[in-house]
Amino acid sequence: MLRAVLRTAAAHKGRLLLSALAVVLGVAFVAGTYVFTDTLQRTFADLFGQTEPDVLVSAASELEAQQTTVTAAALPGSALEVLRGVDGVARAGGLVQVNGVTLVGTDGTAIGVTGAPTFGVSWSDDPDLSPLRLVDGRPPQGPEEIAIDTEALESGGFALGDTIRVLTPGPTVTATLVGVFRYGTSGNLAGATLTAFEPAQAQQLLLGGDRWTDVRGMAEQGVGQGELADRVEQAFSASDVGPVDVRTGEQASDDATEALTEGLGFITTFLLVFAGISLFVGAFIIVNTFSVLIARRTRELALLRAVGASRRQITVSVLTEALLVGLVGGVVGLGLGVLLALGLRELFALVGFEIPAGGIVVLPRTVVVAVVVGVLLTMVAAWLPARRAGSVPPMAALRDDVVLPTRSLRVRTAVGAVLLLLGAVLLAGGLSGRLDNGIAFVGAGLLLVFVAVALLAAVLGGPVTAALGAPVSRSAVGRLAVRNAQRDRRRTAATAGALMIGLALVTMIGVLGASSTRSVEATLDDILRADYIVTSTTFQPFSTELGDAIEAVDEVAVVSRIGSAPVVIGTPPADAAGAGPRRLGGTSFASSVQPETILDVLDVPVRDGSIDSLAQGALALDADTAAEQGVGLGDPVTLTWASGPRDYQVGAILGSGTQLTGATVSREEFLAVGEPAQDQVLYVAADPDADTAAVRQDLDAIVADYPIAQLLDQTEFADQVRGQVNQLLSLVYALLGLAVVIAVLGIVNTLVLSVLERTREIGLLHAVGTSRRQLRRMVRVEAVLIALFGALLGVGLGLAFGVAVQRSLADEGIDRLAVPWTLVGIVLVVSAVVGVLAAIVPARRAATLDVLAAIASE
Amino acid sequence: MDSSQPVAQAVDLVKVYGQGSTQVRALDGVSVTFPGAQFTAIMGPSGSGKSTLMHCMAGLDTATSGQVRLGSVELTSLSDDQLTRLRRDQVGFVFQAFNLVPTLTAAENITLPLDIAGRPVDRDWMDTVVGTVGLADRLDHRPSQLSGGQQQRVACARALVSRPTIVFADEPTGNLDSRSGAEVLGFLRRSVDEYGQTVVMVTHDANAASWSDRVLFLADGAIVDELRDPTPERVLERMVHLDPQHSSASLARHAAAPKA
Repeated sequence: MLRAVLRTAAAHKGRLLLSALAVVLGVAFVAGTYVFTDTLQRTFADLFGQTEPDVLVSAASELEAQQTTVTAAALPGSALEVLRGVDGVARAGGLVQVNGVTLVGTDGTAIGVTGAPTFGVSWSDDPDLSPLRLVDGRPPQGPEEIAIDTEALESGGFALGDTIRVLTPGPTVTATLVGVFRYGTSGNLAGATLTAFEPAQAQQLLLGGDRWTDVRGMAEQGVGQGELADRVEQAFSASDVGPVDVRTGEQASDDATEALTEGLGFITTFLLVFAGISLFVGAFIIVNTFSVLIARRTRELALLRAVGASRRQITVSVLTEALLVGLVGGVVGLGLGVLLALGLRELFALVGFEIPAGGIVVLPRTVVVAVVVGVLLTMVAAWLPARRAGSVPPMAALRDDVVLPTRSLRVRTAVGAVLLLLGAVLLAGGLSGRLDNGIAFVGAGLLLVFVAVALLAAVLGGPVTAALGAPVSRSAVGRLAVRNAQRDRRRTAATAGALMIGLALVTMIGVLGASSTRSVEATLDDILRADYIVTSTTFQPFSTELGDAIEAVDEVAVVSRIGSAPVVIGTPPADAAGAGPRRLGGTSFASSVQPETILDVLDVPVRDGSIDSLAQGALALDADTAAEQGVGLGDPVTLTWASGPRDYQVGAILGSGTQLTGATVSREEFLAVGEPAQDQVLYVAADPDADTAAVRQDLDAIVADYPIAQLLDQTEFADQVRGQVNQLLSLVYALLGLAVVIAVLGIVNTLVLSVLERTREIGLLHAVGTSRRQLRRMVRVEAVLIALFGALLGVGLGLAFGVAVQRSLADEGIDRLAVPWTLVGIVLVVSAVVGVLAAIVPARRAATLDVLAAIASE
Repeated sequence: MDSSQPVAQAVDLVKVYGQGSTQVRALDGVSVTFPGAQFTAIMGPSGSGKSTLMHCMAGLDTATSGQVRLGSVELTSLSDDQLTRLRRDQVGFVFQAFNLVPTLTAAENITLPLDIAGRPVDRDWMDTVVGTVGLADRLDHRPSQLSGGQQQRVACARALVSRPTIVFADEPTGNLDSRSGAEVLGFLRRSVDEYGQTVVMVTHDANAASWSDRVLFLADGAIVDELRDPTPERVLERMVHLDPQHSSASLARHAAAPKA
């Protein structure tokens, strides 16, 4: 039996390879994602492994590791003396590392990759205590000197001896470039820009005095890292430095690696979601291919049955074939995945996130996952066709014109209806926001609805293709094409269904994108009272110097500043004896506002209490957060800042649509808890009677000096939001395009098989005078009908999904519905084109069939 | 009938398949004339070249050398597209099996060549043809709902409805029981007698051949004999001379079968 299977597989290898292709792309995505992540992890582990010292001491913080934003939690200078005094510490040093130090290039722009951190660090010559390795020039020695990393040197077009403006969280400084360094073995740290100052200057400029971000030491010969860490822990608990975290170099390296890879983790999730979609679409194609292959081999299977093969043997033989396809798909997918990972690395390097060189890591887990996913998907998808193969009656071998009994669609319709209902319920449940795992329910619901609609599509296919084909049905060729599309309702449904999935997602995302853009514009209209908004281009806060300079402009009436810092929001224990605040939820962000001016620039929807209360030390919560914490007006709330916990009273509850989410306190309070004086957003209102153009000119000139900030009016701000949304959408569309490509392969596959199946019929048509051009057109029209059918299903579902999700997100700010009709039109047109393209190969097949062979074939 | 113009003609037709040692001369210099309004049967043992001759005459296959003339058209110089158009407009076909497009109804199958050409259907003629083959109440049926005999009659109707110059039938009764076969043959006969249609039929069934006006015998790619006003017995007798082995089996079968 196995030999028969292998023979058959070999005989159909073209078909099977095409089916394997449906698996390959999905598997490649999965494998590529794993390979990329594993490679990142290994590379960074290696990098940090060689740059971390034996022991590290940093201030203990309730906040999750947020090394890029927490600056308030610094150690006092005395910490270094404590560390040096520990028995077993050979050498010790302090490190300053603060985010938000930006070099201004010769052309006036900020150096660095958007979104990547820009660190200011203290220079140290000791390679054990600092990751910095000088490659050119000399270390910075005075307050007027800096050294920078090699990447920054290159992208800024700097040379040693240049005078460079450096934006810091505090004052802007001008310094001379005296040295260039690498971070460990790599040019820089995954796109981060590094600027090194002489240590005392770094402390003064970045931490405001004799303080360190961490202190670190190397062990004496014979003292282990763990032992050393224990001793250091003891020494610090006996000192007056305060609570500290002591980590071994190994732990620190692991933490740093984890933080970095976690930061890139969204890519993993993102890619895996698309891998899942691709695999799902691929499954449709596998089902179809195997169904057609079996239909074509009915006589052969019947003969096997007639000579004594059991039902089971036939089913198993088909599943074995699926296993082979899955194996091929898995292995080829794995190979393609490695290439994909290499490509991703190049892509990252291209946009500036240089990932240190190193071998590609293919873990055994990746290989197993790739092959298992490939095999499992194919076999599960081939399950039904395989069972159907087993049910071929031996009699079919003896009859001439075998047609497997056309099974009624009743069961299929019933199953489809039930699944549709179930999917809709899951979707509704997931979107209601009342379930913990909403997104999982939504995902499962979408999946079920897709399967259900693909099943029901068999019933819809007839009428829809008839309607779509009406314009061409008057010609004989058009009529033949329409009938062919309606011929095998299941096949057409599965083929169109595969295309439907990608297009439904495209449409849904399109609706959400358009709706959120529309909502943001509407909200801006409603709440913005300021003339201008100054925001950061790097997501990092900027120096207060900028706000000061704007305030100094005569025509400016109000500058209201917003700051932001990580906090943990919780409530104090009910029992006074309870230790520490009750923590609820993870780290979120707190905003600081200037209560006296905020209402001049922003229409804050105060539901309860008043913004004025913030001036008296109260805090404001948005309604959702208040509900989560179970607190109301006047209740106590604890915010845990980088510097420690602090209790507040709720002075205001903000309604939906507020820009101020989470907790909001006054700017005075912000500074009092040790958060740095920096601004995240500035709202600027001009005098009502000022000359708008002149004011704009003045403000532009000021902001130009701070290339990490930008000045936008309301329209520009809305445009920017739209631009960002569109950019994200383009990326999603590109990835969904993959699912569409797989679906197109499915159309090609189905049509090629259909053409082969209809060899005699096509031969007959050609014999009685149908020209090759007409034959090509017949196949093309069929392809376009199937593609348009899929597109209609997809667009319909996508619109429904989009509206449903928008409705459920109305409270989250997406309160306007906008349907991107242009996109819908493009989807439909593209589908028709896709049909034409997919028909090229099968149409050529049909047109070049040898008439004689076709009508004479036995 | 002999006096009428030749509707189709082959001159020194040669068809060679393959190359070198595997070369087969399927047609070895065949010259033949098919006069109008005549029913010709072509017989011969397997591999004698009878199907090849028909394919070349019908523009389904191209000859290696020699000439084929259909009506006033010289086929050997035509391109594939021109041949296709010629088949559509000038030739009617009845094959042994798989004659009909399964997605089309009987009526649609009958008018298929006209529909492809975008030519109007002559309703009176259509009704006549359909009436003659006795399918008036089956026109809305799909081929799968028709018996083998009915399917062949639909094929015959299709072959005639476009009023082709010539109808080629390739073993039209090969898959039918004798009664259905007789119906189909009777219909072809009537199309010649009543409507002046020219019919060429390839068969290896002596009974079928006896419905024709003239039987051509092929052997090894050449016409070796001709018989006018055939009867089954005379046809069989000739066949025995051509291919004793084949024909004795055929004779035995014929003897066992009831007379059509």
